[in-house]
This record gives sequence, C-alpha cells and structure tokens, in this order.
Amino acid sequence: MKRKKINVAVTGLNAIDSPGPGVPVIRALKESKLFVVRIIGLSYEAMEPGIYMHDIVDKTYQIPLPSAGKASLLERLSYIHSIEKIDVIIPNFDAELYNFITISDQLKKEMKINVFVPTLAQFEDRHKANLSDYGKKHKIKVPFGKVIFSTMEIPKLTKEFSYPLVVKGKFYDAYIAYNMEQAHTYFNKISAKWGLPIIIQEFVTGQEVNVTALGDGKGNTVGAVPMRKQYITDKGKAWSGISIDDKNLLTMTQKLIRSTKWRGGMELEIIKTNNEDYYLLEINPRFPAWVYLAVGCGQNHPEALVQLALGKEVKPFKKYDVGKMFIRYSYDMIVSLKEFETISTLGEL
Amino acid sequence: MKIKKNIALSDSGFVFDPATGDSFTTNPIGLEIIKMLKDGKTLSEIKSAILKKYLTDEATFEKDNYDFMNMLSKHRLTVDNEKEKN
Repeated sequence: MKRKKINVAVTGLNAIDSPGPGVPVIRALKESKLFVVRIIGLSYEAMEPGIYMHDIVDKTYQIPLPSAGKASLLERLSYIHSIEKIDVIIPNFDAELYNFITISDQLKKEMKINVFVPTLAQFEDRHKANLSDYGKKHKIKVPFGKVIFSTMEIPKLTKEFSYPLVVKGKFYDAYIAYNMEQAHTYFNKISAKWGLPIIIQEFVTGQEVNVTALGDGKGNTVGAVPMRKQYITDKGKAWSGISIDDKNLLTMTQKLIRSTKWRGGMELEIIKTNNEDYYLLEINPRFPAWVYLAVGCGQNHPEALVQLALGKEVKPFKKYDVGKMFIRYSYDMIVSLKEFETISTLGEL
Repeated sequence: MKIKKNIALSDSGFVFDPATGDSFTTNPIGLEIIKMLKDGKTLSEIKSAILKKYLTDEATFEKDNYDFMNMLSKHRLTVDNEKEKN
C-alpha cells in the first residue's frame, strides 16, 4: 500500500527525568505503515533534546509559552504553516492544551490544520480539582479529595482526612504528607511552582497501574494498553514498565471513554488495591511519555490519532501483546554550539 | 490449592503473572511443583511424585512444601487467594 505523505507538528520534545511524550509520539509516527511523516518539532526551550534529533525531527520551530496566550500561538503557527504546510498538530503538554483546544476550530477553518484533542468541557471536567465530582458523574471510584487555597485550611483537614494524605498541584507534582508540617511544606513547594489551588487527596495504597488510550470522540475506545510501572524514579515516573492483561482496567477505560465520549489520547493513572478495587487518580488529557510501549505491543496510538485527525474511520484495535516491557535510558547527544545558537536566536532549526 | 490458570511458566523457572506484571524465578523443584499444580494435581499426588523421584523424607517435604505454598499464596499466584479477595 502506498503511504501518504503528511506533515505533522509535535510538541513535548523535552526529555528530563519527567520526559515529554513528543519523542515517543514521533517514533511511533515514523513507524507508521499508512503515512510517510515529515515531523515539525514545536519547542519552548532551546534545551529540549528533540530539537537536535535530526534523524526523527525534520525541522523545529520555537513557539511561545502557553502563558503568552492563544493569539501569539496562532500567529506563530500561521507563520510555521506558511512554510511547512502542516496537516496535523499533536500537542503533548497539559499546560498548552487549553490554548490548542480553543484555537483548534480556527486552525481547521483558516489553515486546514487538524488537531484531535479533547473538547474544552472534557478537558475542564477531568481536572484534578474536579476529580471527586468526575468520579460520581461517571460512576468510577476516586480517592476522596478536596481543593484548598491556603495553608490556613490544613489544620482543619483532620476532620475529613487522616494522615498520610496526598498533596497535589493542579498540573503536576504530588507528595505524600505524613503530618501537618509536611502538608504545609508541600503546599508551599507546589503552589510556588504551579500556583493554586492545591488538591488534598486521600492516600490509597496499592499497585499503581496506568493505561494509555485513544477515544474517537463518539464514545468508542480505539485502543487501550494497560501497563504496570516496574521501576519508578523519585518523581514517580516510570523508568520501566510492562504491559499487563487486566480486563478490569480495560473495562474501566472503555466505560470512561463511552461515558465522556473522550476525544484524543489519554492516560489514566489508577491504583489497584489489595482488595482489587480500582481508584482513578488522574486523567492526563494526552498520550503519556511511555506511549511507545503501546506501539511495541501492536497498537500504534499516535498513528491512529493522526487518522482520526484527518477525518478517517479507524477500526478499534482488538488485541495487544501482554508481557512487553519498556526500559528507558538516557543518551548524551553531542550538539554543536552553532545549532544551539541557531535555535536560540532564530527560533528555528 | 490451585495455581492461577493464566500464569506463564518457562522451562528456565521464570514465572510470569500477566494480570499484574509480576515475575518470579523458581528453582527446578519449585517449577516442577508449580507445573503439577497447573495440571490439577492434588497436594498428596505432588507429595507422592516428589518422594518417589527425590531422596527426601515426608517430614522434610511437608515442611518445605508448606513454606513454598505460603510463598505462592503471598505472591497471589494461587486461586484460593483470588477467592479470598472476592
């Protein structure tokens, strides 16, 4: 079958100890059997390693930080599109999604760029701060949680929570606090970085399992692969993991996608307790950094997302390999100062 | 006691539980016992087979087997354990 040539722009090219999903998404697209993909990297900082991976990223442009707002993003994308003729954009950061969601119609109408992301309502509903209501609405177990805006509220938490409890930021970061002093410390640490509110969550013990999935926006699950973390960094990120055969996790994912009519990639973070109860901890509204495991298991989710973005019908994946592992590694690239200079000064490389 | 049906066993003694992603290694006798459990053999059948094949006495087998079964149960590789959870 002749593969179609397309241009796909991808964000999330960073790769520190909490890596972005951009590079794994690109690897998945480069292995597509349907498309020959030219990759346009979209970066925020000159130190994102994906910028310099010329074997998989064909050209990179810097884009304005999400805080600059959607108008400047649209203007920059318009310039990039005038050169690169982008067919699809895959945003991979939680923090940038709001802007991409709100300009997606405009991108489609004015530039014919396709973005397959959750709707604004889907994106807002699943915020960590709304998780308790979200669980009730979709009949899924979630740990009891509460949103707080000040450290003054911490002493009163003992009325509803017992220690340890989890202190979480609205976008990233989570710490287990074993006493009130620790809760104070983590409140200040997280709020300084990610702002308010802070989410206080019941600490549920068990095995952490995650699912990478793709919803078609009509309630169908196009693909889903559950994974158990095997090696976890001090930031709680999986450094290695294994695909597992857990029907309950798949049922939970399908139920959630059906109920929300989820549109786009997602990652579910779940705790499986010793009593085999499943508690949803978080929904990340984009593919996880370990999404390449799904490709290794026979489900190329990024390729399927591109098909959906282009308006094609996609048949749901029916199976995946169980017992496939990923093991992450770090790799020192040697980069010429000239390249660093070019991306830093001209904003493209 | 029954071993979970979906447990994958390799001849090298590698034991994999696809539902949890847990993996273990066992020695050749452990592997032999797990295989017999998987084939639906009862504990007394397993005992007879081991006593017939190896130079050991009944008391030693009973003690070691008791430990081994506890270990399988602790690692949630047995069906009894699953039932308890439900």
